[in-house]
Amino acid sequence: MSALFTAFLASAIRTATPLGLAALGEVVVERAGVINISLEGVILCGAFGALIGSTHAGVIGGFLSAIVCGVAMASLFAWFVVRLRADQIVTGTALTILATGVTGTLYRALYGAAGAALSIPTSRPRAVPGLSLIPVVGVGFFDQPAVTYAFYLSIFLLWWWMYRTLPGLGLRAVGESPGAARAAGIRIARVRTLSLLFGGAMGGLAGGTLVLAQAGTFAEGMSAGRGFIAIAIVVLGRWHPVGVALAALVFGAASAVQYLLQAAGLGLPYQIFLALPYVLTLFALAGVAGRTRAPAALAKVDDA
Amino acid sequence: MTAWRSWAPPAVRVVAIAAACVAGLGLLLVVLRYDPARAAAALLNGAFGSWYAIGSGTLVRATPLVLTGLAVAIAFRGGVFNVGAEGQFLVGATAATAAALYGPPLHSAALVPLCFLAGAGAGAFWAAIAAILRTRFHVLEVISTIMLNFAATYLVSYLVRGPMQEPTRVYPQTSPVPRSAELVRLFQGTRLHLGFLVAVVAAGIAWWAMRSTAAGFRLRVTGANPNAAKIAGRINVQRVVFSAFAISGALAGLAGAIEVQGVTFALYENISPGYGYTAIAVALLARLDAMLVVPAGIVFGALEAGAAAMQRDAGVPSVVVSIVEAALILALLASRGVRQRFRETV
Repeated sequence: MSALFTAFLASAIRTATPLGLAALGEVVVERAGVINISLEGVILCGAFGALIGSTHAGVIGGFLSAIVCGVAMASLFAWFVVRLRADQIVTGTALTILATGVTGTLYRALYGAAGAALSIPTSRPRAVPGLSLIPVVGVGFFDQPAVTYAFYLSIFLLWWWMYRTLPGLGLRAVGESPGAARAAGIRIARVRTLSLLFGGAMGGLAGGTLVLAQAGTFAEGMSAGRGFIAIAIVVLGRWHPVGVALAALVFGAASAVQYLLQAAGLGLPYQIFLALPYVLTLFALAGVAGRTRAPAALAKVDDA
Repeated sequence: MTAWRSWAPPAVRVVAIAAACVAGLGLLLVVLRYDPARAAAALLNGAFGSWYAIGSGTLVRATPLVLTGLAVAIAFRGGVFNVGAEGQFLVGATAATAAALYGPPLHSAALVPLCFLAGAGAGAFWAAIAAILRTRFHVLEVISTIMLNFAATYLVSYLVRGPMQEPTRVYPQTSPVPRSAELVRLFQGTRLHLGFLVAVVAAGIAWWAMRSTAAGFRLRVTGANPNAAKIAGRINVQRVVFSAFAISGALAGLAGAIEVQGVTFALYENISPGYGYTAIAVALLARLDAMLVVPAGIVFGALEAGAAAMQRDAGVPSVVVSIVEAALILALLASRGVRQRFRETV
């Protein structure tokens, strides 16, 4: 029983890590009053960047390259949305299509239509001395790839930065009341651009996690809607870093239940399990979305 | 940058950015060691090289794009960001196939419209889920419709490997639909079918309804400013939003039905090569104008048909079309005229 629970918990956290990383980035973006729908494309580019980076420069190089690719995508979004004040939803949709095209074309050009069996260096789980010995939950939480610990750390750091520092207050002001923020001397365009770049870095890292700490390979369209699920997680977590981390964990747990059910062999069609995360997102949003309040200036650029 | 933006007229900027996109794409092909000239020749030949290419390639692919593009344009006009045309297309195709296979053995004059109705109804139902989620539960439709796209994909996957699979159970697809459900061909020797005319007529009706009817006016006003629509116009915004979802879903579902009845004659996974996503580019290129959706759909139909030929003859992956689509939308966004117009309409 305890072995099964450990496996369940480990699997929940494995699923939660990339979703949580991307969602934490998006929290900052949305708190600045911008919604980056192209998070899906950012994750995909990050995943592809990880593939390229790790084949040339190992795991660390892979993660760095993933972050660079995520930031590059996000800076394109920032240029259109902050500088040109283009519609955020349309820009985001276009950039996601762009990411699909660019990664698909490059992947087929570089690795052939078959994709070849790629063996790239991966990030193995590393047990944290001491903590991983905690009964029941120790192994699940603390015998994970290093990027998962980065996720834990970023929850705390982000909470501290957003709620205990002056720039964090500035960020929240920009998303709630851009006019007041401007009057207080905050440069709104700069805050939004930097937030987007941070969101791009986190999204890229999430994509890198998929390749380097989970799949061990790249596949076309491997982000598989995670960017959109991450945006839903931001709503479920009520735009708060800790809430978002918990929402990601709940989501990971729900996905892990799917593995348990599948392993139990109830004879249900496997497509039900594949569709579960998406249907779950719909139900979760229906339960929560109406009862929370988004940053007041979300998705409105005219007042920047 | 600012200086350049202030003097360059929007049309010049669009052309400049479009030219930059083409140049960039050529450069990309060169870097990836493809032959850009050969790729361009294969693309043009595949799209316009012969009457067969135009009829059986470009226009056949334009048909679902016009209908789904119309679906997106109408929704966006009403301030509804329906990016779920893909899922609505899939459930439409599924319902039409089911109606053709399991419905009463009717004469073609009755069965064809019945299948259309089934497809449109299923598409509208799928969109209505997102409509209820938005109007009742305040769920952003961009998220919900994308989730519904994934759900529809797995629904089709389940059906064609389970209850709807062909009797020999070898291939993951349904049996072919009866001949009486098939659409007639418009010209001998090409695959162009009745569905193309249906799409053009639908665009005409939508254009007229948008311009000249009270419902069209309510849709445009709601999209432009829902608060003004509610307060000054005494418009029931919830109802208009719901209708926009339903009509949009019905058109996308009809596109799915027509694809089955006119092109594939059976349901299988990957029946749509992303028509529902390309539709967004089609609608934006048409500036959300129903009549302009027809030429915009033909442009993208040509692009898709050409890309298939390009992959076959020049070895360039057809997914490269996604880059062109995205670049086109971004070029339009970057031109200020369109941006202002967009802010008025959406």
